[in-house]
Amino acid sequence: MMAGITKIDLARTGNEAMAYAMKQVNPDVVAAYPITPATEIVQLFAQYVADGEVDTEYVPVESEHSAMSACIGSSAAGARTMTGTSSQGLALMYEMCYIAAGLRLPIVMADVNRALSAPINIHCDHSDTMGMRDAGWIHIFSENAQEAYDNMLQAVRIAEHESVRLPVLVTTDGFIISHGMERVATLPDDEVKKFIGPFKPGTMLLDVAKPITVGALNFTDFYFEHRRALVDAQAASVAVIKQVGREFGQKYGTAYDCIEPYQLADAEYAIVALGSTCGTAKVVIDQLRAGGVKAGMLKIRVFRPFPAAEIAAALAGKKSVAVLDRSDVLGGFGGPVFTEVRSALYQKPNAPLLADYIYGLGGREIDMEMIGSVFAQLQDGTAKPDSVQYLGVRD
Amino acid sequence: MITMHPSFEMLRPGKKFPTVWCPGCGHGIVQGAIIRAVQKLGIPRDQMVMVSGIGCSSRMPVYVDFNSLHTAHGRAIAFATGVKLHNPKLHVIVITGDGDALAIGGNHFIHAARRNVELTVILLNNNIYGMTGGQYSPTTPIGKRASTAPYGTAERDFDPCALAVAAGAVFAARGTVFGVVELEKMIQQALAKRGFALVEALSPCPTLYGRLNREGNAVKMIQWQKENTINAKAAAKLPPEKTAGKIITGVFHDAEVTPYTEVYQGIIDKAQGQKQ
Ligand SMILES: Cc1ncc(C[n+]2csc(CCOP(=O)(O)OP(=O)(O)O)c2C)c(N)n1
Ligand code: SF4
Repeated sequence: MMAGITKIDLARTGNEAMAYAMKQVNPDVVAAYPITPATEIVQLFAQYVADGEVDTEYVPVESEHSAMSACIGSSAAGARTMTGTSSQGLALMYEMCYIAAGLRLPIVMADVNRALSAPINIHCDHSDTMGMRDAGWIHIFSENAQEAYDNMLQAVRIAEHESVRLPVLVTTDGFIISHGMERVATLPDDEVKKFIGPFKPGTMLLDVAKPITVGALNFTDFYFEHRRALVDAQAASVAVIKQVGREFGQKYGTAYDCIEPYQLADAEYAIVALGSTCGTAKVVIDQLRAGGVKAGMLKIRVFRPFPAAEIAAALAGKKSVAVLDRSDVLGGFGGPVFTEVRSALYQKPNAPLLADYIYGLGGREIDMEMIGSVFAQLQDGTAKPDSVQYLGVRD
Repeated sequence: MITMHPSFEMLRPGKKFPTVWCPGCGHGIVQGAIIRAVQKLGIPRDQMVMVSGIGCSSRMPVYVDFNSLHTAHGRAIAFATGVKLHNPKLHVIVITGDGDALAIGGNHFIHAARRNVELTVILLNNNIYGMTGGQYSPTTPIGKRASTAPYGTAERDFDPCALAVAAGAVFAARGTVFGVVELEKMIQQALAKRGFALVEALSPCPTLYGRLNREGNAVKMIQWQKENTINAKAAAKLPPEKTAGKIITGVFHDAEVTPYTEVYQGIIDKAQGQKQ
């Protein structure tokens, strides 16, 4: 960490950490609708607004569909815009989320991952944000409250970068991170302000000298080019995500990248996971290593854009690898992380045996023993290539 | 001698009681009134369908032993429309909160009223989003506090009954949990109605609305209803200064309009050439 920056260590929940990051970003507009387990984020933020601690216009709309619509309006008008939601709330936003990306609006959204109905459930799995896979948003997972805070700040920089201009989704695991209290080190307000810099919107509705139309009709003439430009923006964001993560490390001590290997370099058996499960897995891996097993993990931090080449390189030469998926692709072939990792490995030299484990749907507990059993199956050969198994479900 | 509570036959067997509702929550009182209304009308349980959205109020179908659908936030009326259209013989009750019916589900509310779909909509109005921790709703009176309005809201509130009537409902009434006998009668009337019928039940939320607005405990909040509501008939005889600031209760609208399923059937018959 650079001299002269004093971080403040406080016990905060994931939601508090995200709300605090939003407070320090001090966006121009926040439009939101409450939903468990993300309610606290926007509610704490409402309190900051009411107490005059931020300059934000807070719009407590009547549904998430309206929340994202209001965010699109404000972002298109040239305002730095943020929101937060979860599960059904995000699902109700989907229509608008595609539009936010298509219009290249740098909205930053906190989502607390929660299972989708039906049956109704309020606990963690990743189904809600996996529904955003094709929406054009950058998608960053957090392992704990600290990462949630750090990711929110970086998200603003990434979203607004002139070669990116895409909305960014930062997620935490419902209740596990959102309501778990941890030690979180936060930066001073002025440091955050310096890090994110002032918002420089690309084109905006409120530039009266240069009136524009946003969202005009594209038929067969231009639609394809606009969608292709989105692909290019996703690709361009990789360098920005890496550069911002590096800069964060140089300035504040913890660097970030698209993926995070853990004991992976010499590992023979590895798992691939997202979110809070990575924290649990690290302990399991330490124990296995102490017992002489060459175990390791590849944590995916950035799910969109999907770091395919990096993943393929990191997993090359491993004997066998298990993907832990906290959501399922119903009627597909394995969970969403598995299908993408397998594509990344296809026709790559030294690609490992790859198996999928779907776990933790609707908040079903994943513990060290379960992760240990996955490693055991990798070692004893019970994990078959391309097999999809369900961990901890009653038949 | 141990006798069974008269409501018991309408409660779901094997379900854990007490309910999720906080002590003093008005929602349970409304549930009791609905059960008694159904019993008095003698409607068999199997002909009752209870459809709800999401919210504290919307948990009711978990306790009442009717056919039930616990759906998505704001969508109960849309689901219920589907049920009713498929089988118009069923009595379809919608249980919804002020947030569920008027914020996220506001569109379904007005359009079902406009179509005059035969639904008995019981809107449990506690002036706040209870389930998610006390955010203000479209019925939070201006200036009242909520977790999203720590110093009071700046927004005007809806009058759900007036909204329903303006949109085309054939029946609209407002009752209180204090006046539960009257409330029960309103529910009976609404259930007997053929068309979109709304009963707005003022149901105190002591845990959130009460605390945030320093309105005291559940007893005080129910007492408040007694002191601050006037029946429409009584209010009509009083000079305006006596009714100022009071909430008017009673049946506001009771009309006969051909219900949607009947009009719809007429079109089917016509299309199939069975009737002229
Ligand atoms: C699409 C969606 N958005 C938000 C929520 C979260 N949510 C659940 S209940 C509720 C509000 C409940 O308020 P109300 O309808 O007034 O019922 P009450 O709990 O007060 O009885 C909200 C916002 C949800 N379940 N789904
Ligand atoms: S929070 Fe309010 S509405 Fe919900 S159960 Fe408790 S008292 Fe009732």
